[in-house]
Amino acid sequence: MSNVKEEYDILVVGAGHAGCEAALACARLGLNTIMFTVSIDSIALMPCNPNIGGSSKGHLVKELDALGGEMGKNIDKTFIQSKMLNKSKGPAVHSLRAQADKQDYSREMRRTLENTDNLTIRQAEISELMVNDGVIVGAKTFSGAEYYTKGVILCTGTYLRARCIYGDVSNPTGPNGLQAANHLTDSLKSLGIEMYRFKTGTPARVDKRSIDFSKMEEQFGDEEIVPFSFSTNPEDIQKEQISCWLTYTNEKTHQIIKDNIDRSPLFSGMIEGTGPRYCPSIEDKVMKFADKNRHQVFIEPEGNYTNEMYLGGMSSSLPEDVQYEMYRTVPGLENVKIVRNAYAIEYDCINPRQLKPTLEFKNIKGLFSGGQFNGSSGYEEAAVQGFIAGVNCAMYVLGREQIILDRSQAYIGVLIDDLVTKENHEPYRMMTSRAEYRLLLRQDNADLRLTEIGYKIGLVSEETYRSVELKKRQIEDEIARLNTITVGANKKMSDFLELHNSTPLKTGSNLAELIKRPELNYEILSEFDSEREELPKDVINQININLKYDGYIKRQMRQVEQFKKLENKKLSENIDYCQINGLRNEAKQKLNTYKPVSIGQASRISGVSPADISVLLIYLEQINKEGGKHE
Amino acid sequence: MYRTDTIAAISTSLGNSGIGIVRISGEDSIQIADKIFRSVKNGKKLKDVPSHTIHYGNIIDGDNIIDEVLVMVMKEPNTYTRENIVEINCHGGALVMKKVLNLALRNGARCADPGEFTKRAFLNGRIDLSQAEAVINVINAKNNMALDVSLKQLKGSISNVVINIRKEILHEMAYIESALDDPEHYHMDNYGEELKPKILNLKNRLQKLLDTADNGRIITEGIRTVILGKPNVGKSSLMNFLLGEDRAIVTDIAGTTRDILEENIRIDDISLNIIDTAGIRDTNDVVEKIGVKRAKELAHSSDFIIMLLDSSAPLDEDDKEIIKLIEDKKAVVLLNKSDLKTVTDEKEVRMYTDKEIINVSVKNEVGIEKLTELIKKMFYSGDITFNDEVYLTNERHKHAIYESIGSLDLVLESIESGMPEDFLTIDLMNTYETLGSIIGEQMGEDLVNEIFSKFCMGK
Repeated sequence: MSNVKEEYDILVVGAGHAGCEAALACARLGLNTIMFTVSIDSIALMPCNPNIGGSSKGHLVKELDALGGEMGKNIDKTFIQSKMLNKSKGPAVHSLRAQADKQDYSREMRRTLENTDNLTIRQAEISELMVNDGVIVGAKTFSGAEYYTKGVILCTGTYLRARCIYGDVSNPTGPNGLQAANHLTDSLKSLGIEMYRFKTGTPARVDKRSIDFSKMEEQFGDEEIVPFSFSTNPEDIQKEQISCWLTYTNEKTHQIIKDNIDRSPLFSGMIEGTGPRYCPSIEDKVMKFADKNRHQVFIEPEGNYTNEMYLGGMSSSLPEDVQYEMYRTVPGLENVKIVRNAYAIEYDCINPRQLKPTLEFKNIKGLFSGGQFNGSSGYEEAAVQGFIAGVNCAMYVLGREQIILDRSQAYIGVLIDDLVTKENHEPYRMMTSRAEYRLLLRQDNADLRLTEIGYKIGLVSEETYRSVELKKRQIEDEIARLNTITVGANKKMSDFLELHNSTPLKTGSNLAELIKRPELNYEILSEFDSEREELPKDVINQININLKYDGYIKRQMRQVEQFKKLENKKLSENIDYCQINGLRNEAKQKLNTYKPVSIGQASRISGVSPADISVLLIYLEQINKEGGKHE
Repeated sequence: MYRTDTIAAISTSLGNSGIGIVRISGEDSIQIADKIFRSVKNGKKLKDVPSHTIHYGNIIDGDNIIDEVLVMVMKEPNTYTRENIVEINCHGGALVMKKVLNLALRNGARCADPGEFTKRAFLNGRIDLSQAEAVINVINAKNNMALDVSLKQLKGSISNVVINIRKEILHEMAYIESALDDPEHYHMDNYGEELKPKILNLKNRLQKLLDTADNGRIITEGIRTVILGKPNVGKSSLMNFLLGEDRAIVTDIAGTTRDILEENIRIDDISLNIIDTAGIRDTNDVVEKIGVKRAKELAHSSDFIIMLLDSSAPLDEDDKEIIKLIEDKKAVVLLNKSDLKTVTDEKEVRMYTDKEIINVSVKNEVGIEKLTELIKKMFYSGDITFNDEVYLTNERHKHAIYESIGSLDLVLESIESGMPEDFLTIDLMNTYETLGSIIGEQMGEDLVNEIFSKFCMGK
């Protein structure tokens, strides 16, 4: 029997949000790339919530965009409502979120993929990896075709041995009834890869015509729409938006859930996977937060050309009849018709501590992975990992240096560091509180932070890079200039300050100092600044933020300096920690398992104490001085 | 951890000697010293003096002179740590040295971690590579000692206050962070105003802790002295006598002292931290069993043991068990109840121990001066020593509370100046972490866990 045999540079398994970014990055870097999916029709599918972004996730999308990823551009083309969250809070937690037209989103992404050179899309199930002496050499499909490649990126999402469950109904399918991938897990296990089983869930989709919106609060989009992508011109995307709706559960809803809780597969033990705590099903919420007498329900459109509406806040795995019963207790949903049932989904993923911070497997060269397969959750979390895995796989094939973003550079860095370093047993979701330097990692400065890196990788154009460099210079120069523009405590000034409810000046000051006052800003002080040249809006925005939060920003920058010192102390993967005297046994064991890349990473492993870090520092110093080979 | 900020510590033994050195190392050490040192020569600043020179003057706190000192300024790189070092030679005894160190800390230095000077010396290439192992041992030993001190000597009332305050801070942070992560679910407009009285309350409680710390200290300092002996052998009476007051409950019923009493006494200049324990004896009483277990632990971690035997009763297995406990420790054996008919004499006890044996009658106050004489002799000859880590740990803890109060002030400042709520968690987080260092807890996943367990998040 003769099988198909083909050769490519890189093979990507999966065409979800991680797979798309991985494949695009590789192909755009000039590598001959093939992307596999069990269903071409499910490329960039959004099987759960119909939106992109939100708190901290919006940050991820903007960072990805600055690096040269696709998600931001794609949602700018396909959104139907846009909102900047936390606008009344500090700039670090402003977060952009857009409702997507799901079908449009998928279609646009597919169009982009299909028009990218070097990229082949193939519908087939990858069932086996081919590894030779610890190095990946390719993969086989279920039909036996062999694809020989230099690198492989696994982005299988929630499809591995997937099972969808509600009540006592259990279907061996992926999300939305799509075909699951049932064979790859065994191949991974035989390669010594440790697997986890996670669980997540989604609410029902209902028919818009069966909803009484008069009983709900309308949720509008922002009047001024801000794009995700730095390359999108805001003027081009101002458009009419579709509303979402807010309603609430009540005691009746909760009673129905309590009465039927024994029929939930979560409580009966039928579901064994670990679910996320941040995205609980409605039955979880009711049982865990018994003191709350109502929960929010957001009714969100799934797109422009469908009547399907998403019931945000009411994901569930209760039986079909209970779903009907409980949904119909919610004001406005009294006569609701379900189009698709709510369900829980279980799937195989890996223990991500088997990965390096580059997202390459520690024990298999050339094998990378990203997305929900790595134990995360969310479209955005998936996309950024897919991108990093893709870029690093490409770098590996090209023999170039791989990239690691650290915790002080990007949310992406925080996300990946958490995944590969910290003990975690539920689908990982990004949160702003996970980023210790979040004042520096704002969504508004993602371009200033990361464009240069994207340019060096080769995914950002020379033109974009130059324009960001110019922007940086303009900000710096203008702040320096503002510090030199002195203002006196004269009549004109005191009248001005009084008008703006600002305390009068006792002595002379400068413009930079005045901008720091909460009630003042760069724009309104223009009358005291005759030499001012006209600057773009985003530059002025940066000037305001940098001056207003100067004290806090500088403090975090000092913390980052200390942080970097430990990050820059690199540890070789060849160290046998059992041989280092003075380390406690637990630390020896953990360090040998994790093989951290730096003392900084080692310090974040639970079970490694500050005293162990001291020992490591001394050990490293000793090695370096003895001139031993150590990188 | 690896930090390059400026550190300070008392680098000589805090024992009996009147003179000692406070050492400051790091980039800012000379500036810090300049803030607390006033030269006898008017206007001379340490930043202007040549390296490796000695200067005479006073350590000052505002306008108060704390001590007359000699200050040695050594600039990098030719110093022990290869950093700028200032050594302040103090003359006013232990208490004054503590004040000097405290001043240095309040002016920007951080209390050195256990073994940190040695660690820096090594990392900066000052110590021979062959000594790496020794360096690790020093650091580990000091760390363990500090940890030991922290765990065993941190007063329960204080760790409880710290734990409770941290709990409250964590809850506030989790609320704010939940609202930021899920703004359509949790609202917190004007939350700063709501938070303000809570922060003031936390601050007051910490300030109270610090105030008591200055008198009573957070960790009791002194030679850890444990009184061991079977029940009703006269331990509490001895302690009461030494203290000159009725602290322990003294009865004739064996096993009355269930809790461990801890008191500080001074003999001359020597500070003794005396711990009375429940009698060590095989017992079925659960409450007493716990006391007995702790007594054994305490004996193990003590600097000095006073063991009591009843000379009016025969030596039994329990006594011999206790004698075994003191075998490897600095200890003295008191044969109490010399006022009663002697059943067990010195000669018999000598068969089981080589420690000094003194005949006393605590009840009649006979022979006790021999005990104090012996303690003085042992201390001045260096036979029993003070665990310096106790003091340093104490200082670290105090400084941590002091810093926490500072962080809470910053929270208040942020509220006053109308900063959005997400800025408040920055300094709340610092407070939480700093207080955690006292009880040996790190941030870890605490915040994320609190958010998930207390607040209902998500779609």
